[in-house]
Amino acid sequence: MSEAAHAAMARRNPLARLWNDKESRQVIIQIISFVLIFAFFFMMVRNAVINLEAIGKDISLKFLWQPSSYDINQSLIEYSSRSSHFRAMIVGILNTLLVAVFGIALATILGFLLGISRLSKNWIINKMAYVYIEYVRNVPVLLHILLVHGMIINLLPLPRASLTIGDGAFLNNRGFFVPKPDFEPLFLAVAALFLGGVAFAFWFRKYARMVQDQSGKHYPVFWICLAAVAGVPLLAYFVLGAPITWEIPELQGFNYKGGMVLRPEFIALWLALSIYTAAFIGEIVRAGISAVDWGQNEAASALGITRGRTLHLVVIPQALRIIVPPLTSQYLNLTKNSSLAIAIGYMDIVATIGGISLNQTGREMECMALVLALYLVFSLLISAFMNWYNRRIKLVER
Amino acid sequence: MPETEKTHAELAVKIEAMHKWYGQFHVLKNINLQVRRGERIVICGPSGSGKSTMIRCINRLEEHQQGDIIVDGVELTNDLKNIETIRKEVGMVFQHFNLFPHLTVLENCTLAPIWVRKSPKAEAVATAMEYLERVQIPEQAHKFPGQLSGGQQQRVAIARSLCMNPRIMLFDEPTSALDPEMIKEVLDVMVELAQEGMTMLCVTHEMGFAKTVANRVIFMDEGEIIEENSPDQFFDHPEHERTKLFLSQILSH
Amino acid sequence: MSAPQYAPGKHPDLPAPSTLAGPLAWVRANLLSSPSNITLTLLSLWFLWSVIPGALNWFFFDAVYSGENRAACRAAGEGACWAFIGEYLKLFTYGFYPEESRWRVNLAFVLMWLALVPILFDRVPHRKYGLYYAAAFPFIAGWLLVGGLGLAPVTTDKFGGIMLTLVVGVTGIAFSLPIGILLALGRSSKLTIIRVFCVGFIEFIRGVPLITLLFVASTMLSYFLPPGTNFDLLLRVLIMVTLFASGYMAEVIRGGLQAIPSGQTEAADALGLKYWQAMRLIVLPQALKISIPGIVNTFIGLYKDTTLVIIIGLYDPLGIGRAALANTSWIGLSTEVYIFVAIFFFVSCFAMSRYSLYLEDKLETGHKR
Repeated sequence: MSEAAHAAMARRNPLARLWNDKESRQVIIQIISFVLIFAFFFMMVRNAVINLEAIGKDISLKFLWQPSSYDINQSLIEYSSRSSHFRAMIVGILNTLLVAVFGIALATILGFLLGISRLSKNWIINKMAYVYIEYVRNVPVLLHILLVHGMIINLLPLPRASLTIGDGAFLNNRGFFVPKPDFEPLFLAVAALFLGGVAFAFWFRKYARMVQDQSGKHYPVFWICLAAVAGVPLLAYFVLGAPITWEIPELQGFNYKGGMVLRPEFIALWLALSIYTAAFIGEIVRAGISAVDWGQNEAASALGITRGRTLHLVVIPQALRIIVPPLTSQYLNLTKNSSLAIAIGYMDIVATIGGISLNQTGREMECMALVLALYLVFSLLISAFMNWYNRRIKLVER
Repeated sequence: MPETEKTHAELAVKIEAMHKWYGQFHVLKNINLQVRRGERIVICGPSGSGKSTMIRCINRLEEHQQGDIIVDGVELTNDLKNIETIRKEVGMVFQHFNLFPHLTVLENCTLAPIWVRKSPKAEAVATAMEYLERVQIPEQAHKFPGQLSGGQQQRVAIARSLCMNPRIMLFDEPTSALDPEMIKEVLDVMVELAQEGMTMLCVTHEMGFAKTVANRVIFMDEGEIIEENSPDQFFDHPEHERTKLFLSQILSH
Repeated sequence: MSAPQYAPGKHPDLPAPSTLAGPLAWVRANLLSSPSNITLTLLSLWFLWSVIPGALNWFFFDAVYSGENRAACRAAGEGACWAFIGEYLKLFTYGFYPEESRWRVNLAFVLMWLALVPILFDRVPHRKYGLYYAAAFPFIAGWLLVGGLGLAPVTTDKFGGIMLTLVVGVTGIAFSLPIGILLALGRSSKLTIIRVFCVGFIEFIRGVPLITLLFVASTMLSYFLPPGTNFDLLLRVLIMVTLFASGYMAEVIRGGLQAIPSGQTEAADALGLKYWQAMRLIVLPQALKISIPGIVNTFIGLYKDTTLVIIIGLYDPLGIGRAALANTSWIGLSTEVYIFVAIFFFVSCFAMSRYSLYLEDKLETGHKR
């Protein structure tokens, strides 16, 4: 369209002029989209109000303080069926966090082992890791959870025929029963030594750094710290005559009593989430380490830096920058996937407040809103950490 | 022509009947080379002729399969101690600089002295600053490699090697990844280094550099040393057909 | 050295010493290169030796392939009991779809492959018409499966098994891509309101687990609909799954959009193209091409996530498997059932991921200079 034609059209129609001006067109589009979005939400809310009114429901969180009247078989805090729905929700949150933390720890260890195996020169190890990763990644996580749970329930023996590990731990289809420690006063000394060891380790790292800066002398920092944190307390523990009595679980009737128990639901969820996430972490680690240019290794070798030091000083710091962001999002995925707990009856957030509480009170809106909000908070926290980390480690480029 | 039986004190590098294969591919064939202390050798040849591989064998970035390599009187075998000793004495500069991007320029230079030579930090920093001044970029010491130009990065890489006080320097096409206007600043540093009497083995196509600095020029093709001569002889009266062909190709543009 | 001397430039290529090439060298380099490597090899061989024969026996040699129920299986052999598969195979495939109408499912399945051909391979004759057909396929399939317009109607609660997985998967895949593109464009738009809305939507979707969204669909979505309307559970699930996948799709495509240099949009502007023209003709084709591997990965994730529908009471293969386990004849066979379903998912997802790798290779060569 020529300039003249434009001008002619603009003279004819002020609306067309507005539409053809870049700035005002943006404003118009924004107003229209705002109205549409607003109308959409307004309709939804209006429908909800009418629908709720029709069945005589209101929206209120008061139900949270009514007794929940259901039991939860695994709880980190005191809880009974007389406790409130709110308390049930807290139990659910803690259970989600519990399995998430344990899962993240195990998945990280497994994942790094897998990643390193995928880079191994050893052909068998390499291919075994490959097969593991491909199998696990291509099967839904829910299926892993159900499979592991089913194996625990159906393949492990009954309590009477439990697999005995050591003398005090028993594995059967009701769970994993382990001795419960009962601390004697002398144990305080061991604990104090441990804390002292941790403090010493922190101090010693700084000190060793200082000595190295000043004189060039190298201490075997890792081994000394390990000795301080683990060695000395362990020694003290035996010297003081092992001041922990163990409450060993015993078979009473159809099940074990006493000790501590990891329930099949927890074990299944924990293992399955770790197994699944580890496969993804393994790929991330492999990709991260192989993304570090081989020239970096060569340059370090040419300077006479040994293989181990090269890893520690050159490769790992660079690989971590690549690994950590996707790693955190795997952690987030694991946490979100823990919501599948409901399939095997592990009492997490979804199973407590979004499941039984919801069904008992009929407060779908409030319960689901709470569940969604809780997961959003987890996600926001993790992505806030990720952004902070990314900013901190970003390589400075021209 | 190589004289017979040099003492270790005079010979920096001695390669005898060395062969190397990549899988079934015969990359280096019967390499014989002796480098005296203070000698500066330029190695040239078409790409794929094995010249980089050869100098990478000298500090064992590549393994050879037959023959002997003796550097500074130490024979290169699978013995890790020997390899470490030699790598401390042999500096290397790469085509793509290979600076550590997560460390500042200064940290790049002090890393090896601190962890390999076990120098105190202050000493390592002082040495590093000295060498950074010699390559004329002391003001960049606290920047990261990513913030520097290619020429500056290569000068840092040279300084980084020098900080280990090497007796021999290997240069693997140090200027071929650089923009034309930056080549000179790197060559200047290398010329200065040569004038101070450093033993240098340099893979490069910078024929001007070869003419002014080298004691000997070596021409390699298809994994063999084809011709070995003084620069004047090499450029003015090449003996071998392939050398002539190569020279005509690179001098024509 | 008694090695023969050659004139310069005449040295022949010699065969590598046997330490360097050939099977023995391979074994040495890959299995026995160092003491730690030897240890690893021995350990892993021991591991394989102790696991594989037992697993094979359980899986094949000692397995029982026919029998009335679990007890009969157990009596017949030590290994896995695959007998339930025969009884449940139809359910695994068609769910509860009426026997007499199953030809419609089969037809839809064949049509799906026809629709996939022009999408998967770019050297198909008349690809353009093929793509039009592929775009129309979800609607054709919907008509075939649900019925109406001359076909006997089938309610969606009869859907199940692999057929349900494919319905949810294909719908999610077909609709999440366009929605994801719109969201990604919205997120990188200059218009504040649109951008804020898209960012909010994407972050919300990616911040919550799919299962909570499915719960929303099954428990409270009907509150937000006009009074008196109610639409069926499968449709609600399809909507949620699609929205969920499009949130992830949007991020993948945004990555692709960011990789396109701004010179491309500027060039398009300079040519006088309007926003949508510039996007459709210049930017999107490039961005989508870069993000194909990510898109396929999102598809695989979506496909695996279809299993979650069992939690709100639909019967995909996993749900059918659980139903089989609830049958007193087969109770306790969870390992067999789940492994059977796992094989199904593994085969389809592995195929998809191989295809994605093939595409990646193809793209790599396309970008090589």
